[in-house]
Amino acid sequence: MVEKSDVRVVRCGGSKINLRPPIISTDSRFVLCASGDSVKVYSTRTEEWLHSLQGHTNQVTGIALNPANHLQVYSCSADGTVKLWDFIDGILIKTFIIGYRLFAIYVSEKHDGISLFTNILPENSDKCFQLVAVHLPKSAEQEVEAKELSAVSSRISPNPSCTAFGREGQYIAFARHLQLNVYFFRKQKTYSFSLKATDKKGAKNAFTCIACHPADDCIATGHEDGKIRLWRNFIHTKEYTYSTQHWHHNAVNTLCFTPEGTNLLSGGIESVLVQWQYGAGNRKEFLPRLGGSILHVSTSSDGQLFCTSHSDNKITVIESSFKVCGVIQGLVKGDAVFTDLMIDPRSKALVLNGKPGHLQFYSLLRDKHLYNLDIVQQEYIYEAGLDQFEVVKAAFDIKGYWLATVEERGQKSSDLEFVLKLWAYDERTQSFVLNTTITAAHTDRIISMCFSSSEETTMLVTTAEDGQFKAWCQGADDQSFWSCDFVGSYHNLTPTNCSFSADSSLLAVSFQEVITIWSPDTWELLTTLCQPPGVVRDLCFGQLSCSKYLIATTTRNLLCCWNLLTCALEWSTSVEVSKLQPDPLSENVAAFSYQSKHTDLFVFKPNEPRPLFTHKNVCSEKIHRAVFVPREELLNNCDESSQWLNRSQLYFLTQNMDLLTFSTATEEDRMLSSSKRLVIDDSIAVTPFYLLLGKHRQQQQKLNTPSHPALLHTPAHVLPAASVLCSMFVSSLLISNTGVREMESSEQEMNSEKEEEHSEEEMEACDSQQELRAQGSVDEVTPKLSKAQERELKRVRKTDFSWMAGLIDSKP
Amino acid sequence: MASFKPTKVQFLPKLGEKVTEETLYWKNYKSPVQIKEFGAITKIDFSPLPPHNYAVTASTRIHIYGPHSQEPIRSFTRFRDTAYGGRFRGDGKLLVAGSEEGLIRLFDISGRVALRQFKGHSKAVHMTSFLSDGFRVVSGSDDLSCRVWDVPSAVELSSLTEHTDYIRALAPSKLNPDLFVTGSYDHTVKVFDMRSGSSVMTMQHGHPVECVLLYPSEALLVSTGGRYVKVWDLLKGGQELVSLKNHHKTVTCACLSSVGNKLLTGSLDRHVKVYNSSYKVVHNFDCDASILSMAIAPDDEALAVGMTNGVLSVRHRRHQKDKEMLTSRRRRGPSYQVFVKGKNFVPRQDDFLVSKPVKQYLRKYDKQLKSFEVSKALDTALQTWTRTSKPDVTVVVIIELNRRGTLKNALAGRNEESLTKILNFLLKHIFDPRFSRPLLMVGDIVLDLYQQVFHQSPVVERLLQRLMEVLGREAELQQELLQVLGILDTLFTSLTPRKEALAAPPVAQESQLQAA
Repeated sequence: MVEKSDVRVVRCGGSKINLRPPIISTDSRFVLCASGDSVKVYSTRTEEWLHSLQGHTNQVTGIALNPANHLQVYSCSADGTVKLWDFIDGILIKTFIIGYRLFAIYVSEKHDGISLFTNILPENSDKCFQLVAVHLPKSAEQEVEAKELSAVSSRISPNPSCTAFGREGQYIAFARHLQLNVYFFRKQKTYSFSLKATDKKGAKNAFTCIACHPADDCIATGHEDGKIRLWRNFIHTKEYTYSTQHWHHNAVNTLCFTPEGTNLLSGGIESVLVQWQYGAGNRKEFLPRLGGSILHVSTSSDGQLFCTSHSDNKITVIESSFKVCGVIQGLVKGDAVFTDLMIDPRSKALVLNGKPGHLQFYSLLRDKHLYNLDIVQQEYIYEAGLDQFEVVKAAFDIKGYWLATVEERGQKSSDLEFVLKLWAYDERTQSFVLNTTITAAHTDRIISMCFSSSEETTMLVTTAEDGQFKAWCQGADDQSFWSCDFVGSYHNLTPTNCSFSADSSLLAVSFQEVITIWSPDTWELLTTLCQPPGVVRDLCFGQLSCSKYLIATTTRNLLCCWNLLTCALEWSTSVEVSKLQPDPLSENVAAFSYQSKHTDLFVFKPNEPRPLFTHKNVCSEKIHRAVFVPREELLNNCDESSQWLNRSQLYFLTQNMDLLTFSTATEEDRMLSSSKRLVIDDSIAVTPFYLLLGKHRQQQQKLNTPSHPALLHTPAHVLPAASVLCSMFVSSLLISNTGVREMESSEQEMNSEKEEEHSEEEMEACDSQQELRAQGSVDEVTPKLSKAQERELKRVRKTDFSWMAGLIDSKP
Repeated sequence: MASFKPTKVQFLPKLGEKVTEETLYWKNYKSPVQIKEFGAITKIDFSPLPPHNYAVTASTRIHIYGPHSQEPIRSFTRFRDTAYGGRFRGDGKLLVAGSEEGLIRLFDISGRVALRQFKGHSKAVHMTSFLSDGFRVVSGSDDLSCRVWDVPSAVELSSLTEHTDYIRALAPSKLNPDLFVTGSYDHTVKVFDMRSGSSVMTMQHGHPVECVLLYPSEALLVSTGGRYVKVWDLLKGGQELVSLKNHHKTVTCACLSSVGNKLLTGSLDRHVKVYNSSYKVVHNFDCDASILSMAIAPDDEALAVGMTNGVLSVRHRRHQKDKEMLTSRRRRGPSYQVFVKGKNFVPRQDDFLVSKPVKQYLRKYDKQLKSFEVSKALDTALQTWTRTSKPDVTVVVIIELNRRGTLKNALAGRNEESLTKILNFLLKHIFDPRFSRPLLMVGDIVLDLYQQVFHQSPVVERLLQRLMEVLGREAELQQELLQVLGILDTLFTSLTPRKEALAAPPVAQESQLQAA
């Protein structure tokens, strides 16, 4: 299709940064983390995102510093390659193609050559991960195929923190379920130790993570029930010992020894970072309430900084004195996003579920997390399986002055608790302040809610499973608080969706198959619309010139459009629509349709049943959340297919929690041009001295490359004596006539001041210049030379190397 | 690192109580000052001049009190019989009063002896007043006549005998010196014009009129009598605007607040009611005895209420300053010795300020919750003081424990004493709609936990039996209420116009058709 080439689906920011442990660079200045299909580099001091290393074509699944060069980093990806980067400049140095999907990377400095150990998933066996040693061949080429694989173990845990290198790379320890294996490289043998599944007290002994002491023969293992075991003497299969320590009440997610091995850091779901003193029994320190549960801990090589990554897509940088000194926050993605994607009308930030019990504001423009708004305002208890309050619904009014939220608890049990809260925007503090809390807004779960769209009066409508919809108004008898204004129901059916028309003169509430139209002024039931079979799934009014249309989708694959002036069905088509999203700034409506395992997008105007734009196979998952984001500056695409993106941009969230968007050709052009402009800006800052030097070098390279090989490849017996050649060779390295000539024109201005000072030298050089001009210099300018150049020039001119030209000409 | 978020005690409004600006305004009075007079207080009048002294007519005396004095600053005692209706002139310098014997006396505020005496009424004069020009006095008497007197010459100018019963209410117009309104026990309110020498308007109140009152604009007239308060629109020729029946005994007095012209009425049922501009009761003052008279000072600074038992109760307005003083006294700083060091130190410009982390002060139960001591936290919340005076705090802790999934642990392993505490708390509050949900849960858990051991303690067993009885009664009540609700619903549906009901079926049919 033509449209496809013009409008592309683009992944936009906000990818996971907590998939694998972050790395701190040796100088403690940078934090690197795998994020989507790139590696992101952050500054530890300012917490700012510096740049990303892009090049992988699939999820980056592991990163490790190059032990041979601390300015380089290895990254492995599910696309089957390992790449070596210079992470300070963001340059790809090498690519090793391995050919299997890689899931983790472990590097040891003590192994000869460069060996990587990677978890791989061979294609033939599913769900079985192998630990493989890879020898990376030394080669000058950019892309190298690494075929030298040797399997260490064919069945290991898919969790990459269950594998670790031991002291000085002598052994590697890996655990799976209830078995701890230690592979000694020297003996080429695997010792395994196993625990019972449960003991009398019902402990769950499965391994969850492993860390090896850097200087001692000791392996620390974390277990599912929160125990930490320290294994010693495992060189002998029979005489091993272990000691147990228990503080965590739930699974230990990560363990890490400090570089000197004096302390052991552990973290789990409690979100408390625990520092155990090695060898001091039970002495420990705590750093509580860090945010989401701790997934990974890593330390810098000097032990001054710790880095924890959390389940709420966050990296915390902690000093060794247990003080938090930086937080790098990505787009928080909980287990699921319950709220719709929303746009804060004031800041134009994307608003959705954030940390548990919070709403997050995320700037899409800068791909940066702005802030979290605490909705639940309760201490969060980090405990697995605990039923917590979660924000399930949220809505903004049209001016961004009011925010309504619903928090819910007890989705699993029958005892449902929910609270409706209304927040007012406070100009002074620039954030939302709780205005009204309604504890028993309905007798059952709230299904949907929306604000009226008129500017004068704000009204909130909620629909609930108790068969009623309620309208809430501010200040029926008191000006500052919200209270119920109207309770409506229709034949005791369950209302599902509600929507206000563009001017708020009509309210549409769908009751299963029936759509009822109410007048919010008088609360009179105006009319009912119905198009059976199928329960109404989504409902929206047309905008602007199409505001007389009402569009609804049903569960029986029907997309209907009613004309509200005639109260008749205008048109309907058979499309399975999973999400209907109207654009508030134009007439367009976007419909995501899920059919035969992939999602298609249709954009249409309500007044005609023909789509303006279709995009087949947007992604392979069902899409339930989408939002139109108003653009900062309007695009002017003349192309019909991309015109719908002129005013606003469509973002959508897949079930894998990837935030995607559509980008147009013009937009990309604009971005490209802006990046080009940046390059030019860079060169302006460079000193004239650098310009001079830089050009010298370029030209030397250009000139020398042909002459030197010619000189070197000529058989020795043909060449004149070395003593003759030497001076000539050296002088040819210095500078050549042609080079100087090109130089002169460009450096004319720079040398103009020096002109007067070196007048007598110029006189000497005069004839040479004339000769040069005679040779066919194109430009009219009088070339001027610096003192040194002139001197060189003179010397060069003395030697005669006409024979050389002959040589060069004859050779190729 | 976020700090511990303390448990939030939610303020839950009680049913049927609405807090509005008006109630806040009227609540903002100090507790009343009580002054004992010799007999029933029939009239209170505030002087129009600052400092707004007020004249209290009781028994055979008229006392004048200063705004904050509890002792009379002046008193007029030269009455042979009961004095009635002491009222100030517009400039606050003269005072006129009637009496049981029919004499009307005129006093200078600074003097003691009556300046003038107006003789002519044959029976008691209950109401006297200056007309707005200040040179004439009008009086209403039990001899059915209403007379106008000239102050300089002390002669009767005219006598109006249109009422057929005692005249007990009188209100001169402030805008027109020739107009005044009278109310009589013959159930009528009459507006007299001295220029025509007769009544120009007559309203039927329907009950003996106790008090009449003109709004400052003089477009509205208020009359009270019987249990009714009626408001008349004079500009529409005396049309009844509204009739209020909020007291359950005779309404004896009414006055208007000077801020916003809110109507206040006092009644023999011992209540003073305050109405808003749409004549809804917004506030209520309770008094100890039947109210006979009432007056409110300019700017609503004080409300004086006179009662049948001779007690004058004066409420003064509470000012922001007083409040601040109260709070500032309470929030005194820490002790001098420990904390005063460097208190007044002003940092210089290039000083590096090291901010001290603000310590978070937590309640005791919060501290215990922070360290996951659930049982102790519940104990703290169930302390006698908390559970009696702040049951909401106790309930909030219970809710918090339930949210953390540790309510069962907290309730387990208790002895008889603490179990009695919990059960008593349940008995007291389980019907409060604000608390019933979490408390029912507590009851369930207690039953589950201690099922086996209840019979060991007679005290606990008795409490449980009581709880069961009370719950049974409550369930019955709820059922009855639901039945009533059902009856009401059917009544309402039969009453509503059938238009909507008709509107729905065609659509339903239509949908059936379409389905078919």
